[in-house]
Amino acid sequence: MRAHLPLVLLLTAALGGCGSRVDSAVDAGAAARGGAPAYGDTLIQALPANISGLIPNITGDKYSHDAVALIYNGLVTHDKDTNLIPDLAESWDLAANCLDLTFKLRRNVRWHDGRPFTAADVVFTYQLMVHPKTPSPYKDDFGEVESVEAVDAHTVRVRYKQAFAKAIMTWSQTILPKHLLEKYMLEGKLREAPQNFTAPVGTGPYKFREIRSGEKFVVVANPDYYAGPPYISRIVYRIIPSQATIFLELKAKGVDQSNLTALQYKRQTDYPAFRKAYNKFRYAANVYTYLGLNHKDPRFADKRVRQAFAYAINKRDLIDGVRLGLAREATGPFKPGTWVYNPNVRTYPYDPARAKALLAEAGWTTTNAEGLLVKNGQPFSFELLISQGSDEGRKIAEVIQAQLREVGVGVELRVLEWAAFLKEHIKKRRFAAAAMAWGIGLDSDQFGIWHSSQTGPDEFNFISYKNAEVDALLERGRNTCRQSERKRAYDRMQEILAEDQPLIFLFFRDVLPAVATRVRGIVPGPIGVEYNMNEWYVPKQLQIYTSG
Amino acid sequence: MLWYALRRLVLTLPLLIGITFISFGVIHLAPGEPVDLQAGDLNAQSSAQARQLLREMYGLDQPLAVQYGNWLGRLARLDFGRSFAPDARPVLQKIGERLPVTLMLNIVELLIIVALAVPIGMVSATRQYSAFDKITTVFVFVGFATPDFWLALLLMILFGTELGWLPISGLRSLNWEYMSFWRQQWDFVGHLILPILVATFGGLAGFSRYMRQSMLEVIRQDYIQSARAKGLSERVVIGKHALRNAMLPLVTILGLSLPGLIGGSVIVESIFAIPGMGQLMVQAVFERDYPVIMGNLVIVAVLTLVANLLADIAYGLVDPRIRMSGRGGRR
Repeated sequence: MRAHLPLVLLLTAALGGCGSRVDSAVDAGAAARGGAPAYGDTLIQALPANISGLIPNITGDKYSHDAVALIYNGLVTHDKDTNLIPDLAESWDLAANCLDLTFKLRRNVRWHDGRPFTAADVVFTYQLMVHPKTPSPYKDDFGEVESVEAVDAHTVRVRYKQAFAKAIMTWSQTILPKHLLEKYMLEGKLREAPQNFTAPVGTGPYKFREIRSGEKFVVVANPDYYAGPPYISRIVYRIIPSQATIFLELKAKGVDQSNLTALQYKRQTDYPAFRKAYNKFRYAANVYTYLGLNHKDPRFADKRVRQAFAYAINKRDLIDGVRLGLAREATGPFKPGTWVYNPNVRTYPYDPARAKALLAEAGWTTTNAEGLLVKNGQPFSFELLISQGSDEGRKIAEVIQAQLREVGVGVELRVLEWAAFLKEHIKKRRFAAAAMAWGIGLDSDQFGIWHSSQTGPDEFNFISYKNAEVDALLERGRNTCRQSERKRAYDRMQEILAEDQPLIFLFFRDVLPAVATRVRGIVPGPIGVEYNMNEWYVPKQLQIYTSG
Repeated sequence: MLWYALRRLVLTLPLLIGITFISFGVIHLAPGEPVDLQAGDLNAQSSAQARQLLREMYGLDQPLAVQYGNWLGRLARLDFGRSFAPDARPVLQKIGERLPVTLMLNIVELLIIVALAVPIGMVSATRQYSAFDKITTVFVFVGFATPDFWLALLLMILFGTELGWLPISGLRSLNWEYMSFWRQQWDFVGHLILPILVATFGGLAGFSRYMRQSMLEVIRQDYIQSARAKGLSERVVIGKHALRNAMLPLVTILGLSLPGLIGGSVIVESIFAIPGMGQLMVQAVFERDYPVIMGNLVIVAVLTLVANLLADIAYGLVDPRIRMSGRGGRR
C-alpha cells in the first residue's frame, strides 16, 4: 500500500512536472493486464530531484515521499477511488459524537528488522508528530487530538477535542518504529537518525537496500509483508535531474516509468515502437492553475473587474494552447468528478463583449491612444508575476496577456526565481497578479486558502479574500465528521466562489504517466496509477532484469 | 626565500577570512531562507510555529554577525557543520561523496584538451591561413558557440537512442554489481564518453586559440630566426625552441583553471545525471542550504589561494627580481 502524503494544501511553483493523484479518463488501461502473475524483475523509476530524507514525516517534498512510499504504511490508506481503506489498522470505529476514534490493528505485521508492530508504535508516532522538537510540516494535522492511548497491544484509542473532518485521514501518516527512533525524537535529532538516510525501517511491501546520493535509491521486495510479498523483486529510483534526459532514457528503455509532458504525450510518443513498449495513462491532477489577483489592489477589489477577467480569458484556448488539450476547465477550487465538486455554479464562457461591459460598469470607460482602458487618468495596466523555470507558467501568462489586451487591459510579465517570488512578493503582498497553482490534496478542507483569518504574513490567503459567509461555511465543513453536512457547506461555498471569482480559476491539468507494457496489474483510477504498485507484476517470459 | 614564502602565507589568512565574510553576507542577502523553502512555505499546513522551530534549529534567529562568528569558530576546528537539508548530513560527507567524480571528469577533460589543443594550435600557427588553419578556426568558433546542453542532447539521441551504442545518462548500469571486473570498467568508461566529449568540445576551442596565438608570437621572435639561420631543421626549431616558449602562457592559464577542477559543470552534470559538485552546489543554492554553500566556497577559496601562493613562490624561485621587489609587496 502506498503511504499517502497527508498534505492538503500545497503551493506549487505553478505547473511543473510534479504529479499528483486522482481522477478518470484512462488511455490504455486494458493493455496493462494479462499474463500470469510472477515474482521477479526490476522496475526502474526516474526521480527528477535528489531525495532529501527518508523519514517522510519530516520531509516536505514530493519526490522524497515518492521514493519511500513503498517502505512505510499508515493506519489507513486510499483506494483507487480515493476512499479511505484500512492499512495497518484492520478496522476503525468513529463514535457518533465524532470525538472518539478507535483503531483495531493488524496482528501479523512486523518491522523490517523483525520486531513486531504494536499499538506502542502508533502512540509513539503521535508523540513524535506533536513533540516540540520535531520539525514536521504536518504537525497541525494532530492539533485537534486530545489524547492517543494504547488500550492493548493491538487497539489504539484517539480522542479529539472537537469534531474534526480530517480525523481518519490524518492517520494515513507514516507510522514509525518506536524502538529505533525514540531516543532521536527525545533529543530533537530525528534528522540525524540513521533511519533518515542510510537505514530506514518500515512495515511496507519493500525494504531499503541502497542509496547513492544523487544517483539512485534501491528497494527490494519484503518477503514478510503482511499482505504477502510483492511480485516485482526490486525497484530502482534513478535520480535524473533533466526532464529531457528522462524522456530519452524512456525512449531507450533505460527507465520503465515516467510522467510525460503534454507535448511528449501528444506529439513525441505517438509512434508504433513507443506504443508497443509503453502504456500511457491520463488522469486529472489534484492541482489547479489560476490567475491570482491581489485584493489589496483597488482595481481587483472590485468583483466586476475579476468577473470581467473571467469572461475575457478563453480557458478552452488556454488549455489547447498550453496543455494541448490535456487539462480540464476549473469552475472552482474542487476537481470535477469528486464527491465534493458542485457543477451547478456560475460559469464564465469566453465573452469579451461582456467583459468590456463589466469593466465599463466598474468605471473603466475611456480608452487612451494605446488602446488601454483609463479611469481617473490612469491606464489599466498591471504586472503579472511568474516563477522562473516553468515553461508552462510563462505560456499561460502570455496567453492571458494577449487576451486581456483585447479588452483593453495591459499586462507586463515579470519572471522571478521561486524563492524571491515567494519571499519578496507573495509573502509581502507586493504583487498585483501572479500565475500560480494550488495543490489541493485528498481532503476538501481549504480553510487556509479562503478564510479571512488566514491573511497574515506567513499565511496562505495571500490574495486577502474576505467573505463572512465563506468563513462560516469553511468552519462548518471542517468541524463535522458527517460527509453530507460537509457536502452542503462546500456546495454553497463553491457557488459563492464562482460568483466572487476571488481568483480566476483556469484548469486542472492532467498527469500523464507512461509505464512499460511488460508491467501488468496496473489498475488506474481517479487516484492515479501508483497506489497499488505492490500488486504490479511482470509475466515470467517478459522479465528482463533476471540476474538481479 | 623562506621569509618571502612565510610572508605570503600570513597574508593569505586575512584574505581567506575576508572572502568567507563577504560570501556569508551575500548568501544571506538572497531572498528566502531554508525554512521558507523546506516544508515551510510550500505547505499551507505548516504553522508559523514549525517554521520558528526550524529557525532555532539552524540558529537563523540570531543576528547575522553572531551566526558568522559561530560558523567561523566551528570552521577553525575544521567543523563544516551539517547540511540544512532534511537529511542533516555533515557537509564534508556530502562534498566528499561528490568530489571524486567531478575531479576525475575534470582532470580527464583537461588532459584531453591539452593533448589536442597544443598540436592543433601549433599546426594552425605554423601554417597560418592554410586550409587546416581555416578549418580549425571554423571548428573553434562552432565550439565556442555551441550550447553544451544542445550538443549533449544531440549526442544522446544519436548514440543513445538511435544507434544504441552508449548509455544515455548516469555513471553505471543498473546491473553493475553483477558484471565481471573488466565489464565494470568498460561500463564506467562507456558512461563517461559522452559527458567528456561534450565538456571537451567547448574547452578545446579556447585552449587551441590561446596556443595558436602564443605560437604565432613566438615564431616571429629573433631567436627563432637565429635557430633557423644556424641550420636547424624546422622540426627542431618549432618542436624544441618555439614550443617551450609558446607553452609558458598556457601553463599560466592551466594553473588558473586548477581551482575550477572541483567546481563541476552544472549543465553537463544535470543533463547526464552525474552526481557531482555542480549539481550539489546548485541544489544547495536553490534550497538556501548555507552550510553546504559555505563549505564549498571555503574549499574553492583555499584552493585558489594555495594555487596563487604556489605560483608566487614558483615565480620567486625562477625570477630573482620578484624575490627582491617582493619586500615592496608584489601581489
